[in-house]
Amino acid sequence: MKEILILAYKLLVNDKGKYTALLVGTTFSVFLIVQMTSSFAGILTKSSATVINVGGSVWVMDPAVNAIQNSVPMPDYVLDAVRSIKGVKFAVPLYSGAALVKLRDGIYQPVTVIGLDDTSLFGRPELLEGTIDDIFAENGFIVVKDEEFPKLENPKLGMEFEINDHRGVIVGIAKVASGTLFGTPTLYTTYNRAITYIPSTRFTTSYILVEPKSDSDIAHIKEQVARLGYLALTNQELQTRISDYLKYQTGIGTNTLLMTVISFIVGLSISGQTFYTFILENLEHFGALKAIGAKGRELVYMILFQAAFTSLAGYGLGIGLSTILITAAKLRLPEYASRVTFTNLGLAFLLVLIIASVSSYAGIRQVLKIEPFDIFRG
Amino acid sequence: MPGAAIVAEKVSKWFGQDDARTYAVREVSFEAKWGEMLYIVGPSGSGKTTLLSMISGILRPNSGSVKIDNRDLWSLSDDEIADFRLNTMGFVFQDYHLFPRLTTAENVAIPLILQKRSWDEALREAARYLDVVGLADKAKLPPTKLSGGEQQRVAIARAIVHQPAMLVFDEPTASLDGDTGRRIVSFVKSEILTARRCILIVTHDSRIFEYSNRIMQMEDGRITGFREGQTV
Repeated sequence: MKEILILAYKLLVNDKGKYTALLVGTTFSVFLIVQMTSSFAGILTKSSATVINVGGSVWVMDPAVNAIQNSVPMPDYVLDAVRSIKGVKFAVPLYSGAALVKLRDGIYQPVTVIGLDDTSLFGRPELLEGTIDDIFAENGFIVVKDEEFPKLENPKLGMEFEINDHRGVIVGIAKVASGTLFGTPTLYTTYNRAITYIPSTRFTTSYILVEPKSDSDIAHIKEQVARLGYLALTNQELQTRISDYLKYQTGIGTNTLLMTVISFIVGLSISGQTFYTFILENLEHFGALKAIGAKGRELVYMILFQAAFTSLAGYGLGIGLSTILITAAKLRLPEYASRVTFTNLGLAFLLVLIIASVSSYAGIRQVLKIEPFDIFRG
Repeated sequence: MPGAAIVAEKVSKWFGQDDARTYAVREVSFEAKWGEMLYIVGPSGSGKTTLLSMISGILRPNSGSVKIDNRDLWSLSDDEIADFRLNTMGFVFQDYHLFPRLTTAENVAIPLILQKRSWDEALREAARYLDVVGLADKAKLPPTKLSGGEQQRVAIARAIVHQPAMLVFDEPTASLDGDTGRRIVSFVKSEILTARRCILIVTHDSRIFEYSNRIMQMEDGRITGFREGQTV
């Protein structure tokens, strides 16, 4: 069988024009599919950045919340009520909001402010510079060193700025796992300072972070929080909720799906048609092989091998091209939201398999139909 | 090899049904011997190629039987017939049907590759047979770089590389000039035909009749007569 597949390989790659067209079709199809889905995956990850960075096992929020920046503040009694639920180890408030920072040169820069519980500082980031205790110092803020960091003029420790007519001082520089989606720098401070410095509504608690005594307590906590009229979600559930919101309740998911389908159709059209033409042009050769003594199934294996080989080569090239482009884009545009995940790769692989199957199916039908007698009589 | 190489009995092939039925070959019976180069001649449409196809396991007859070396060919399964073609028959098609994307040696090696011989071994054997047909120096060229006569010889090398007992040639000189055609057929008779091999040639080229052992004349799907030629 190996020799027959070598023969199939040579018949394929020695037809350089057709083989190149086949590769280009599959490569660009995979490239577009991976590019679209990676961008979407990047957006989804960044949309959950605060949830990922702060951590916390269970988040309590208003049921209307479907994106982290759209928090609906909750009254203080909710925190007390959550703390009294059986199975709660501890519960702390979290402030999440937007503010305008006035830099030294007078330029205003929008920022995201995260206010951590004053007592525990639960959800604090890992510091690159400074010490965490300095967050309690007068006007202390910790800035996150991510892609948006330069927008605050690459602040150093001790840099001063103005936030809603209050003085702010950078007392620490931190790193986080994921950058935010909306291109704003992130500042951490204490919960009380956040609600004092930033204009807010009557209620101030954006989220309550809950640590259960054990995982088995989570269901009970959720039930009790629901009785209060609020929603408790695990960290992963909240990320999924945010993703689902972007996928199904905004145009982003639909557009990505459409582009992915279009990429697939383009790939299928180019590769399918080229492969079918390749088979048609080689039909007499397949017929000659049949006349010499090749069995029908051996010709089927040859065609399947040719389709699979082209598709896998195109898949590899497409992935490589996407990776190069994403890497190059991230070098120039640090906030570029794109992330190649195993799901993206799996989806592209599945679509490539469909392209290969459809392409080879049409060819196999033709090859099985040809009679050696047609070849013999010329 | 005792006995006849080919025994065809009342072999018929028709196309179409009922009133539209057209006979290509009608109740043809004949025998061919080992060591014989038998020509099948006749005008276009006389059924030569159809008969050759039925004898070589390519086209199933509607009636009659074909025995090759005492084996009833058409009682075999499709896979067995494919194996028969691969192991017992060597084909030289009218248009050669060489693969332009393969080298000459790879073209010749095809029957061995289909027999699942290793790629290297098949190429070594192909090179040996290219030498037999005088094209050892063309092994790495694609067939498109060869002349018509050279392509014909490549097709012959491909037909004999797996040492089949029977060879069939369909109009082997159709695209060759007179001298080249005679040289090729002369070569086949002197170098390829052996006492353990039977060669059938379909042709209407009277310039090569002198190389036959026997000539079978066909017309309107029937055998109209035999002429004796030279013997091996």
